[in-house]
Amino acid sequence: MKKIGVFVCHCGINIASMVDIPAVVVELKNYPGVAHIEDYKYMCSQPGQDLIKKRIKEKELDGVVIAACSPNLHEETFRKASKSAGINPYMCEIANIREQCSWVHTDKKIATQKAIKIIRSIIEKTKYDEELKPIEIPITKKALVIGGGIAGIQTALNIANSGFKVILVEKSPSIGGKMAQLSETFPTLDCSQCILTPKMVEVAQHKKIQLMTYSEVEDVSGFVGNFKVKIKKKASYVDFDKCTGCGICTEKCPSKTPSEFNEQLGKRKAIYTPFPQAVPNKPVIDKDNCIYFKTGKCKICEKVCPFDAIDFQQKEEIVTLEVGTITVATGYDLYEKANMEEYGGGKIKDVIDGLTFERMLSASGSTDGEIVRPSNGETPKEVVFIKCVGSRDPENHYPYCSKICCMYSAKHAMLYKHRVPDGQAYIFYMDVRTAGKGYEEFYQRVAEEDKVIYLRGKVSKLYSEDGKVVVNGVDTLSGENIEINADLVVLATAIRPSVGIEKLVNILKIQMDKNGFLTEAHPKLRPVESLSAGIFLAGCAQAPKDIPDTVTQASAAASMVSTIFSRKKLYHDPLTAGVDEDLCSGCNICVGVCPYDARELNSEKGVVEVNEGLCEGCGACSSACPSGAAQQNNFTDNQLNRMIRTILS
Amino acid sequence: MFEPKIIAFYCKWCTSAGADLAGTSRQKYAPNIIGLRVMCSSRVDPEHILNAFKNGADGVLIGGCHIGDCHYQSGNIQTLKRIKLLKMLIKDIGINEKRLRLEWISAAEGKKFVKVVNEFTDEIRKIGKLNYKKI
Repeated sequence: MKKIGVFVCHCGINIASMVDIPAVVVELKNYPGVAHIEDYKYMCSQPGQDLIKKRIKEKELDGVVIAACSPNLHEETFRKASKSAGINPYMCEIANIREQCSWVHTDKKIATQKAIKIIRSIIEKTKYDEELKPIEIPITKKALVIGGGIAGIQTALNIANSGFKVILVEKSPSIGGKMAQLSETFPTLDCSQCILTPKMVEVAQHKKIQLMTYSEVEDVSGFVGNFKVKIKKKASYVDFDKCTGCGICTEKCPSKTPSEFNEQLGKRKAIYTPFPQAVPNKPVIDKDNCIYFKTGKCKICEKVCPFDAIDFQQKEEIVTLEVGTITVATGYDLYEKANMEEYGGGKIKDVIDGLTFERMLSASGSTDGEIVRPSNGETPKEVVFIKCVGSRDPENHYPYCSKICCMYSAKHAMLYKHRVPDGQAYIFYMDVRTAGKGYEEFYQRVAEEDKVIYLRGKVSKLYSEDGKVVVNGVDTLSGENIEINADLVVLATAIRPSVGIEKLVNILKIQMDKNGFLTEAHPKLRPVESLSAGIFLAGCAQAPKDIPDTVTQASAAASMVSTIFSRKKLYHDPLTAGVDEDLCSGCNICVGVCPYDARELNSEKGVVEVNEGLCEGCGACSSACPSGAAQQNNFTDNQLNRMIRTILS
Repeated sequence: MFEPKIIAFYCKWCTSAGADLAGTSRQKYAPNIIGLRVMCSSRVDPEHILNAFKNGADGVLIGGCHIGDCHYQSGNIQTLKRIKLLKMLIKDIGINEKRLRLEWISAAEGKKFVKVVNEFTDEIRKIGKLNYKKI
């Protein structure tokens, strides 16, 4: 029989004042299996730990039970101490007699009896604990980053600069994301493209980064350190090896369609690069709008291409890769105007969203930076900006704050005033939130120097009348009804996770919240990890955030990846559930309940096999197994039943 | 007054942490309950629960993470299914189904933990002792 040492902590008076410790010691002294019992004022202190170590050696103990505070606090401490005294750390168990006993009861006699039962049940568990070793897992030192916006770019560059290989996957033809569409950025008014494009070029030229644009992740299997990823390379109908990006094909292409990059404000061709600074700067053919694909005739691009790079026969391709980590940086999309019935439902031409206004402001946009009314091209003299459109509206739309709208609406109003000094800008707001370095000062400038009129209230309705957009709202500070005949209305529509995130969430088996934002492992202490080991989060896919916050989180995600890659091997908690092949009937029930696909039926042998690297140790299979073949390490049926009996005795 | 014996199974991540929070906040609750910590509520086998009733438990509480918050993604959904079914079965064999209670208590819900434990203890007190041998 195992020789178990029991160490009862007083925790000063935290335990000792409500649990009669001498009585506990007397009661448990002769309990079967207890070879030694001792109490001490502060077991977690260095003398306390030294005492445990000394007794382990002296009494040749095989297992240790520490009756003290919650295992969440000091399990690690005591396991380390036990290990240093030569016993397997998994032979050290904690009986929680503080948080779940002395602190919550008022009768010392009852609390003492309860403490004794708690300790006995843990002694029973320890008697049958097995020596476990952390499971060693090799690491593929290559990172996958999904999404080529600023979050993905920053993550990829940081990982690559740490010396590890990166695959950056982007679904559209160019990296750059939403940041590439912006004009100037708050609060410093840096030109967005001027600060972003050097980073895009760095990605393209980095020896450690393999860029896969126009590609999507189709399937992911495996686990931290050992993911297997299938990536679909969409057919671009252009041989990138031959193409030099000269642009003649785009110039000659006769098919025009609204430009996504310019938010439908201008046109692009059917063979196109989204914008002049695109990376890679090579065009793709948009099959839906290509005359050849629609009618079987045209092929002008093929005829004019000097390098014979057009390939109408090109097929989409599935590439399988092995990576060690995955960072999800899929960003956001704006909430569709069509959802906002009260604001015209997207049907009024002169009601646009923030990104469309950015394209109007941008020198590279279709208006060359000129602010115009989409309906007639005239300069708008009265412009209304409405914030919280679809955000902070739990009854009808999204409950959360989209975080960046206060600042970008202020910026929009300022830039409008700089370009149309005799125009008037109004901002309807619920609150002005300017938490960020230099943000409040920026807002003050907008309100005071640029004479933008801030109206505290919601716009109840807007409609089109006599070529104007009539905006009806209330100024809740003065109590007055406000009606503005606006030339242009800019809606700060809510930020939502990028369209299609649900599919990726299912592929990665990670979690999202009710609004579709990816769930972090801990909202405060693990904000860049998903709940699945080795999968990290960066940028607006996790929650709305501005560029500095996105870059910060992306750098943090990269650092998490580098932390994993800097190790030789990974170690996995061995509280996994195995298979007793003699007992397993191959019924497959456990396979169905495993949330991690860690169990698989070997049909040849007729038994289930476990991938220990995938098993996270929940024990769902152990309770599902009808034959008792799937026992979770150190949480076996035998142990749990003994604990139950001891508690109830 | 009859003092029932209640055994509880808490998942490590949510309910056990919620119970710890009740302790850290020095909230008081009925001492009839003794908890047993498992990694996930889905580790609790219906046989463990029947075993508890057989060995003198008057009530059994299972505590897990809220649906959607399970540390193991979907473990608590397994628990939900099993406990629902088990409630029907124990009713059939003559055990008041109220003696078995499933609650989602997060690590932040120390107050809820206290409320549930007190409520459950009172309820079992009213139902009375379980005479398993008669079943």
